[in-house]
Amino acid sequence: MMTAASEQSKSNPSGDKTCWSCKGPVAAVALFCDTCGAIQAPGQLDHFARFDIPRDFNVDIDAVEAQYLKQQQALHPDRFATKSAREKSLSQQQAASLNDAFETLKNPVSRAEYMMRMNGVEPEGGEGQTVNDPALLMEAMEMREALDDAGDRAAIDAIIRDVRKMARDCEKEVATAINGGAYDAARKLTTRLRYLLKMAQEARAKKARLAAA
Amino acid sequence: MALLTIHEPGQTPLPHEEERKLAVGIDLGTTNSVVAMSRNEKSEVLRNADGGSAIVPSVVHYATDGTVTVGEDARDLIDSEASQVVSSVKRLMGRGLEDVKSVAGTLPYHVEIPETPTDANAAEPQMVRLNVGNRVLTPVEVSADILRTLKSRAEQALEQDVEQAVITVPAYFDDAARTATKDAAKLAGIEVLRLVNEPTAAALAYGLDNGAEGLYAVYDLGGGTFDISLLKMQKGVFQVKSTGGDAALGGDDFDHVIVETILAARKEQGIVDTIDSSAAKRLLKIARAIKEALTDQDQVDVAVDINDAETTHRVTRADFDAMIAPMIARTVSITEQVLDDADILPEDVKGVVLVGGSTRVPAVREAVASLFEQEPLSNIDPDEVVAVGAALQAEALTGGSDNLLLDVIPLSLGLETMGGIVEKVIDRNTPIPVAKGQEFTTYQDGQSAMMIHVVQGEREMVDQCRSLARFVLSGIPPMAAGAARIRVTFQVDADGLLTVSAREETTGVEQEVAVKPTYGISENDMANMLRDSMVHARDDMELRLLTEARVEARRNILAVQAAMKADVELLDDEDTAAINAAVAELEAAMQGDDRQVINDLAEALDTASRPFAEKRMDRGIRRALAGQNVNNVSP
Repeated sequence: MMTAASEQSKSNPSGDKTCWSCKGPVAAVALFCDTCGAIQAPGQLDHFARFDIPRDFNVDIDAVEAQYLKQQQALHPDRFATKSAREKSLSQQQAASLNDAFETLKNPVSRAEYMMRMNGVEPEGGEGQTVNDPALLMEAMEMREALDDAGDRAAIDAIIRDVRKMARDCEKEVATAINGGAYDAARKLTTRLRYLLKMAQEARAKKARLAAA
Repeated sequence: MALLTIHEPGQTPLPHEEERKLAVGIDLGTTNSVVAMSRNEKSEVLRNADGGSAIVPSVVHYATDGTVTVGEDARDLIDSEASQVVSSVKRLMGRGLEDVKSVAGTLPYHVEIPETPTDANAAEPQMVRLNVGNRVLTPVEVSADILRTLKSRAEQALEQDVEQAVITVPAYFDDAARTATKDAAKLAGIEVLRLVNEPTAAALAYGLDNGAEGLYAVYDLGGGTFDISLLKMQKGVFQVKSTGGDAALGGDDFDHVIVETILAARKEQGIVDTIDSSAAKRLLKIARAIKEALTDQDQVDVAVDINDAETTHRVTRADFDAMIAPMIARTVSITEQVLDDADILPEDVKGVVLVGGSTRVPAVREAVASLFEQEPLSNIDPDEVVAVGAALQAEALTGGSDNLLLDVIPLSLGLETMGGIVEKVIDRNTPIPVAKGQEFTTYQDGQSAMMIHVVQGEREMVDQCRSLARFVLSGIPPMAAGAARIRVTFQVDADGLLTVSAREETTGVEQEVAVKPTYGISENDMANMLRDSMVHARDDMELRLLTEARVEARRNILAVQAAMKADVELLDDEDTAAINAAVAELEAAMQGDDRQVINDLAEALDTASRPFAEKRMDRGIRRALAGQNVNNVSP
């Protein structure tokens, strides 16, 4: 029994691994060693586990942000400026993983795509790739024409309002699809959401250009 | 044996007193530089010996006998020895010739054209070099001379060696310029604890004083650069939300437009001027005086005498405002873009911080006030605020702090793909540190190598972005086009500096790339410069390695002692004796200066504590197994 177990030097059945600093056991998910306080490597936590929240598309992003800031307070390289090279490098990895987790969850499109990939579904049409949903293409073309025609601030504001509302509704549909495991629908809806958010941004940019002129 | 403190897990202990060195904050500016020091979150700028100005003009004079003078004395020589004085060198940091063509005409010294490589792909353009007196210098060396002066000013004021600093850079500085700044510090014998963006430092100076919460904008118009940043402050965390700017726009441009106006007026009077570098410098000095006078006065009269042709000129505030209106409009439009990037309206901004001497210009203040519909904050001297913030950050890094600064990458990073199109890997305004990978594939059957070209910028085409590095991933085994999976990983550290690596996933062929900074200085050049300019470069390196060995050894001892306290029941007398003996030997060695001995004894401590560590791991496993069914454990 013991021999079999001690062969697993990196992680034993409790999910522990060896702390690089004091060489004692430390939980695989621990950020710091309980015994000696040394920072640990980030490990393979998924983004939801990192913030200790359920794998649900509907996330309370303010609560996640509070958790993100709290963890950065402890893990950021600025906290390790006078520490050894190894601790600096681990802090760098931890802070980068944490940034990645928060940035991915913050944006509904990247959150949706991440959840699809977690379930083995490759999202469609990233930036630069072609989209072949005729209904979406038609909708996109009409919106773009409307934005091109909008000549004053009020008209652009109206477009921004419309697009924002559509984006919010679309996000709800994405949530239902993903939480319900309807990934085919989720793929299409996520593409539409990405498009709507991009339109809103372009409309805002046009408004800023108009104001500057 | 010294008493050792055992820290709570997760808390960052203060460095041990003996290793704690003084760290200062340095604002290495285009026109002026300032050094400051913070103790107990009270930051003060360091003045020269007679308690005068905190400002060190970023001007360096190179005498023919090799003497280097920095600051006011050098600035006084601008007129008489124009060809031996360098000013505004920050504008050239990390820059190639193409970049400086636009400003070269306005620079009072000769910019050397680096040798043009015959094959554009074979070699990268080099950073510009300056012909000053009888020397050829890189901007990095000139900056190092300024930093040496600031270092010695700090050492005199504090009566102590100063080896570490936080140095500020414009948020908009790209990777090459950041690397160049770090190289300059290395040459000057300063260890850079962190490169901090200037606007962020300014916000830090205000934030800590006022305990502010909410969204703040920092409008920074210095001598040569413009930066605008939006920061969110909450619960001791400073988050940069969005940042933008122009690396070649500043108060110096105000001076130049005044000079142009004066020259145009003289031309109208039929005077044909030939402007040599001495006349150019005198004209710029007059222009600066006009600009500064117009801060309080409505008009100013000056006499200009070039080649015995004297003219008089009257410049009113309204004239000046009209001259600089296009430049101010540009700062306003960049600001609007940055607000838009962060999806923020001007009225959401709770306060606006002014930084940089050029924000003293009334027209600038009015433009900022009107854009944000509020009076900007300026109760900290705009020339000193950045250094003050840098010093606070230096104290936070060395002494621990409740505040944290979260910064972003100012410019997108990407790779060249087919047809010269840029594929972005990390978007601008992504929080740092960050590590991101992207997969690429081959486009020809049997393709065995792939050129990887790293660029920085927002444009879609490669030639419109800044080229940072090129390298070749070779040794890809022959495969059909599109079958190889090449993962390129970008890592940006907390200083905003980039490293890139590439790996072919199906075979594991890996290219560890030291990103060759295209406009930076090659490792060879750097080594030569260190040899030339710093006799003690080697000692310095040794010292750093020694310090690192001591830090590592101390951490080792603390870790073992923490474990001994936590799992005391697992210790037998033999373990305890062996470990304590090893600790004592290591501590004795740490008092000495032999790095090798310290490392060897740290290794010995590791060996001595191994039986104890094994017992701890075994018990961890036994405890885990105790709660489980055997079937769950055996495969």
